[in-house]
Amino acid sequence: MKWILVAVISICTALGDVLNTAGMKRQVGVEELDRRSPYYVVLGIFRNRLVLGGLGMLAISFFAFVALLSISNVSFAVPATASSYVLEATLAKFVLKESVTWHRWAAASLVCCGVALLSR
Amino acid sequence: MGKTWGLTVTAILTNVSGDLLLSRGMHHVGQIVFVSPLQYLRAFANPCTILGICILVCWLVTQLTLLSRADLSFVLPITASTYILIALCGHFLFDEQISAAQWIGVAAISMGTVLVGCTPARTTKPHPEHDL
Repeated sequence: MKWILVAVISICTALGDVLNTAGMKRQVGVEELDRRSPYYVVLGIFRNRLVLGGLGMLAISFFAFVALLSISNVSFAVPATASSYVLEATLAKFVLKESVTWHRWAAASLVCCGVALLSR
Repeated sequence: MGKTWGLTVTAILTNVSGDLLLSRGMHHVGQIVFVSPLQYLRAFANPCTILGICILVCWLVTQLTLLSRADLSFVLPITASTYILIALCGHFLFDEQISAAQWIGVAAISMGTVLVGCTPARTTKPHPEHDL
């Protein structure tokens, strides 16, 4: 049960993060976000279909995370759910068209290994 | 760039404090069954859980704002320092043991965070259309 929850959390978090990033990049530019009040920013977020989809994925991930916390320690639960780092870097490169340099691949791999060690 | 780093630090701190409060609240409640909504509602009546959820809502808004300014492949490894802080808090606040392998894991995550910190926060062009 513990590892099923970890898988659900990792997959939903990866998809949620990609949808949120795609949605927020379309939502507002940096300069525009600085000028607007938080009310309009939050209103805009909840009218954005990509972000709503991303939040839906993160909601599933959250409930699975709450269930995982009830059956394991926080020092296992949080690191174990970070297994999607390389998957997210891949999606960032091919879906979001980000420039994922060797620094970022190395960083994602180091974080993955670190998280695996931290979860032991 | 200063605002991006400010948002990054805020995201990390709200994530760590929210997760720790949620963990404390859930351990008070005890085990819950994955498919039972009533047990989730009972868990949400705990003050630590409620405060943890409120802080995690702040984290979500901060994270979304950060994602509008920076790449996903930049934000994720940088905010991975959350795991280091959570492990240290688990050790010092909740008396959880950290082995030698786990300390190596902490060092690896730290190196990853520093490495991605050397790259520009954003490599994609701003989108020409705004929905607001």
